[in-house]
Amino acid sequence: MSKKDNNQPGDPDTTGHSWDGIEEFNNPLPKWWLWTFYATIVWGIGYTIAYPAWPLIEKATPGFLNYSTRGEVADEIAAVETANEGLNMQLASADLTVLPENTELHNYAVQGGRALFAANCSQCHGSGAAGAVGYPNLLDDDWLWGGDVDTIAYTITHGIRNEQSPDSHWSEMPAFGEILEPEEIETVVSYVQSISGQDHDEALAAAGEEIYLDQCSACHLDNGMGEPSLGAPNLTDAIWLYGGDAETLTETITYSRFGVMPAWSEEYRPGTGLSDAEVNALAAYVHQLGGGQ
Amino acid sequence: MGILDKHKVLETNATLLLAGSLLVVTVGGIVEIAPLFYLENTIEEVEGVRPYSPLELTGREIYIREGCYVCHSQMIRPMRDEVERYGHYSLAAESMYDHPFQWGSKRTGPDLARVGGRYSDEWHVDHLVDPQSVVPESIMPKYGYLADKLIDGEYVGDLMATHAFVGVPYTEEQLANAGADFRAQADPDSDWDDMAERYPKAQIRNFDGAPGISEMDALIAYLQMLGTLVDFSTFTPDASR
Repeated sequence: MSKKDNNQPGDPDTTGHSWDGIEEFNNPLPKWWLWTFYATIVWGIGYTIAYPAWPLIEKATPGFLNYSTRGEVADEIAAVETANEGLNMQLASADLTVLPENTELHNYAVQGGRALFAANCSQCHGSGAAGAVGYPNLLDDDWLWGGDVDTIAYTITHGIRNEQSPDSHWSEMPAFGEILEPEEIETVVSYVQSISGQDHDEALAAAGEEIYLDQCSACHLDNGMGEPSLGAPNLTDAIWLYGGDAETLTETITYSRFGVMPAWSEEYRPGTGLSDAEVNALAAYVHQLGGGQ
Repeated sequence: MGILDKHKVLETNATLLLAGSLLVVTVGGIVEIAPLFYLENTIEEVEGVRPYSPLELTGREIYIREGCYVCHSQMIRPMRDEVERYGHYSLAAESMYDHPFQWGSKRTGPDLARVGGRYSDEWHVDHLVDPQSVVPESIMPKYGYLADKLIDGEYVGDLMATHAFVGVPYTEEQLANAGADFRAQADPDSDWDDMAERYPKAQIRNFDGAPGISEMDALIAYLQMLGTLVDFSTFTPDASR
C-alpha cells in the first residue's frame, strides 16, 4: 500500500490499515524489547523441560534435571548430619555424667543445646531459662523431678504428666478443697509459710502441722523437703513455682496443680520431636546452666 | 513477513475471526484449565489425615474469626532452617480438608503447622490470656475473652454439613453425632469411645481446665491437633511433588 497524502516527509511507513481515513504508523518494536521477548520464550521452554512443570494425568513432568525442593532439603540435612555424624553418634550414646570431661563433645552438645533450647523450650522456660509463673526456672538448683543430667535427659525425652509418652513423669496432687474444710486449708497454708520462713500466724501454723503430717507429708515429706521421684517440690525454701503467698498457696492447696510438659523425643512426636543426640545436647545445655546436680 | 501480512483476511472476515478466536481460546483453555482436573494427583496419599472433629472445626472457625492467620502461617516450607525449627515440611494432604486453607503469606508470629503437642494446654491458656506472661518479647494481643464465651455446639452440625457440601468426606454418622461429639471431646469423664472411633487420634481433655466448653477449649483443641495427624512412620516422600 502506498503512502497516503497526509503523511509528512520523513514519517515511517504506515501499516496499510485505513479506517475512516485514520492510519497507523508501522514503527518497529525496539530491538532490545523484541530480543528480550524472544529470550523469555526460549527460557520458558527450556525451564519447563529442565524443571518439574506440566501436571499430567498421573503426575507432573519431573524435568530433565530431576530437581526437587524436597530432594534439596533432604540433601542439605543429610550433608549436615553426615558432617556431624561422628559427634552425634558419640553424643547419642554418651555417658552424660562424664560428658564435661570430653571438652570437644561437651562444647558441641552445649552449643547445639543452646539452639535447640531457643527453638523448643524458651516458649515456656523463657529465652534465658529463668522460667515464668508455672514454668520452672532452670537456672537454680531447685529441681522438681531431679536435676542430675540423666534425669534431665529423661524428663526431656518423656516429659511430665502428658499423654504422649507412657513413661512420662506422673504424679497428681489431690485438690484438697474436696477433702479439707477451708479453715483447715488456712492452717496448712500458715504451716507451709512457717516452714518456708515467711511471716505466719503461730497458732494457725501449729494447728496446721498435724494436718500437714496427715495429708501432705507422704509426698512433701515430714520435713517439707519434697520428693523428686514424685515431683513434689521442696516447701522449705523461697523458690515457688506458682507463688508462696497465702493467696496462691490457698489456691494451690484447694484446687491443686497439674503442670504438664510435653514429651520431646521423636519417638513420641514423629515429625517434630528430637533425636537422642538432640535430647542429650539439650540435657547437657540445661545441666550446665548453673543448677545441675 | 509472509503469513503475518495476511491477518487482514482474518480481521475483515467475521466468521473466520470467530473461528480463529475459538481456536486460540481452546488451546489456552486446555493449557490452563485441563491440569486443574488432575489437581488431585498433586496431593500424595498419606496415612492418618482425617476431617476435623466438631470441636476442632469450631476452634478452627475461631482461629479464622480472630484473624490468627494474619500473623501465623500454617505451612512449613521444604527448607532446612524451617524443617529444623518447626518439624517435617508440610504436606498437601495435611490441608486437604481445610476450607479455606491457612497456609498464610506472612509470619509475624511463628508457623503453627505443627504446634500440636509442643506445649501444654495450660501454656496455651496462659499464653492466650496474656502472651507476655510466658514470652515477654511477644507482641501478640491478649485473647483472654475466649475463655468467657461458653459455646454449646448448637450450630456445629450445620458447619460440618457446609464443609461436607464443599467436599470434606464427613460420614452420615459423623454429621448425625456432631453435637454429641463436640461435647464429648471436651469432657474426659463422658462416654467418648464412639467419638474417639469416629475421629482417630482426637485428643480428649478439658482443654482450658475450666468448667464448661468455652471458645478457649475449642481453639486449644484445634491448636493441639495441628500437624499431629500424619503417621510419619509410614510416610516416604515422593521426590517429584
